[in-house]
Amino acid sequence: MIEKTLKGKPAYWIWLAFLGSLMAIGAACYVRQFNFGLGMTGMSRDVSWGLYISQFTFLVGVAAGGVMLVLPYYIHDYKVFGRITILGEFLAIAAIVMCLLFIMADLGQPMRALNVILHPQPGSMLFYDMIVLNGYLFLNILCGWVILTAERKQVKPPKWIYFFVYLSIPFAVSIHTVTAMLYCGLPGRHFWLSAIIAPRFLASAFAAGPSLIILACLVLKRVANFDAGREAMNKLVTIILYAAIINMFFVGLEFFVGYYSNIPGHKHTLEYLFFGLEHHGHVYNNLVPFMWAFVIFAFGGIALLASPLVRKKGEGNDFWLGVAAALIFLGFWLDKGLGFVFGGFVPNPLHEITEYIPTANELGITIGVWATGFFVLTLLYKIAIGVEHEVE
Amino acid sequence: MDKQRRKFLKLAGASALAGIGAPAVVKLTASNAVASSAPDAGHGAAPAAHGDSHEAAPSGVRLGMVFDMRAFEKDPKLLEGAITACNSAHNIPHFEDRKREIKWIWKAPFEGVFTDHSVYHSGKLVKETAFPVTCNHCDDPPCVRACPTQATFKLETNGIVAMDYHRCIGCRFCMAACPYGARSFNWQDPRPYIKNYNSSFPSRMKGVVEKCNFCGERLALGQEPACVEACKGTGAVVFGDLNDPKSEISKLLDKEFTIQRKTNLGTKPSVFYIV
Repeated sequence: MIEKTLKGKPAYWIWLAFLGSLMAIGAACYVRQFNFGLGMTGMSRDVSWGLYISQFTFLVGVAAGGVMLVLPYYIHDYKVFGRITILGEFLAIAAIVMCLLFIMADLGQPMRALNVILHPQPGSMLFYDMIVLNGYLFLNILCGWVILTAERKQVKPPKWIYFFVYLSIPFAVSIHTVTAMLYCGLPGRHFWLSAIIAPRFLASAFAAGPSLIILACLVLKRVANFDAGREAMNKLVTIILYAAIINMFFVGLEFFVGYYSNIPGHKHTLEYLFFGLEHHGHVYNNLVPFMWAFVIFAFGGIALLASPLVRKKGEGNDFWLGVAAALIFLGFWLDKGLGFVFGGFVPNPLHEITEYIPTANELGITIGVWATGFFVLTLLYKIAIGVEHEVE
Repeated sequence: MDKQRRKFLKLAGASALAGIGAPAVVKLTASNAVASSAPDAGHGAAPAAHGDSHEAAPSGVRLGMVFDMRAFEKDPKLLEGAITACNSAHNIPHFEDRKREIKWIWKAPFEGVFTDHSVYHSGKLVKETAFPVTCNHCDDPPCVRACPTQATFKLETNGIVAMDYHRCIGCRFCMAACPYGARSFNWQDPRPYIKNYNSSFPSRMKGVVEKCNFCGERLALGQEPACVEACKGTGAVVFGDLNDPKSEISKLLDKEFTIQRKTNLGTKPSVFYIV
């Protein structure tokens, strides 16, 4: 099936070349970082994780979001998702590839990465994260490939594959739960020390992941003559809507706990993220615009998704559907892909404040990894759509 | 005093040696030398789960440190001397940029060190004296729990939370896990920033985490930790076995009221402050 990636319209090759050049820039930036050390980034003694880990956290969610297609289709036999379930599985592969690259980019001694396996420490959440991420990657490659091959041959998938399909569902939940546990089990980091982090991660994942699939479907409809169908889109809209509302509900609960209990430690980070934190006469607030953009995007997206604008038949609905999905995806990226990780380090354990601003080199690597993910995603979708067209 | 110190040094040296492979020195257990200065009777009713008054009966050597702030108040240069001694003993680089700093022991104001203590109507000492901050060598260290490669670990022979710089992958999970901000990361090659190279202690490479090691390498030679030595004769820093009821540190803790940092987190720090 790989041969399907080798044939395409000029636009396909231009798109790949564009991504390829971003990947090359990212690689060049990474060489610089590899030689000099992580001092090439904006991270510091106080904010010791930056863009890499925050992107990793967000993308684990995107990967887990694929399960919102797998679960209805395989467990509830929701046939409408038949054509797009493979898109969810392949999105998960691309997202996990990005996650692993971001982890590697973040290591101070990347050549020692295998120490996690050579000297495992079963008490560390990172050890389990390694297991579930690689497990989920393997499961999605296996299930996606076997089922797509069967579809191409127009036979039923072998029965044994369903064991792995069903296994991938708890794995999807586990990758984001374990990722949340990286944060919520740390004493002394009040913003992260909350039992609601894992469910909140899952809620935002189940909104952001399917939003990206909607966006992908809209693009594929235009460029690849692939229509997922209005009913499937509408069902996705319903899923995103509920997940997004639940996520915002959880965010609201964090505010209640912090501000009603009035415990300073529980309020500091929220204050820093949304209003600016005053310290020795200086107000630190460089994340405030991002967090309010998150709030506006999230509620704007929810309002659009709930309005008849995106569900009605006819012209124009695709546009509004695309806007709504983009708002949800971007909004939740601002929250989990930026604010959640950076904010957790403010204030530091000695109640000092250091703000984090990524460097150009760091942005280059980050964009390079995203481009790699979209490169992988493009190839995988090319294969999936190619098989669909072949069968038709 | 001197006799006692010799005894302690022998003990500490032996325990440190045990940590690096010599036959283990079995240390008597001490049930009442619990790492708290508070008398048992006073806190008898406090729930153990709260974690800040009672600890399980310890066994073996547990090294700890007491900072006597009265001595630091008397001589403001004392702390600076202790920091310098540590920096030169451990090849700690000097970076101007706050973001790149490597710190093993450093100074901070009371409200930064004791973030859950009130400074409302605090006294002169608290307001004006810089407090020493270092790794607490917790009995239940969150950094050790977080490390995915066992590059940081607790030495069972003496309670020191140590680092293996050659195993550390630089994921910085331990830095996020430490509630005391005790850990530093080498954001770049530190060697050009070391002023006077001490060839008896290894320098680190870029991309690994480091922190105070209670001078394990000096204890192995029968020497005191560098900061203790720098404050000799002032009683500002007292070091020893918390589990030995006859040690200088235990006697001091029995006599004085001390506080510890963020005890409500259940990490059981081994560093005490007399304020």
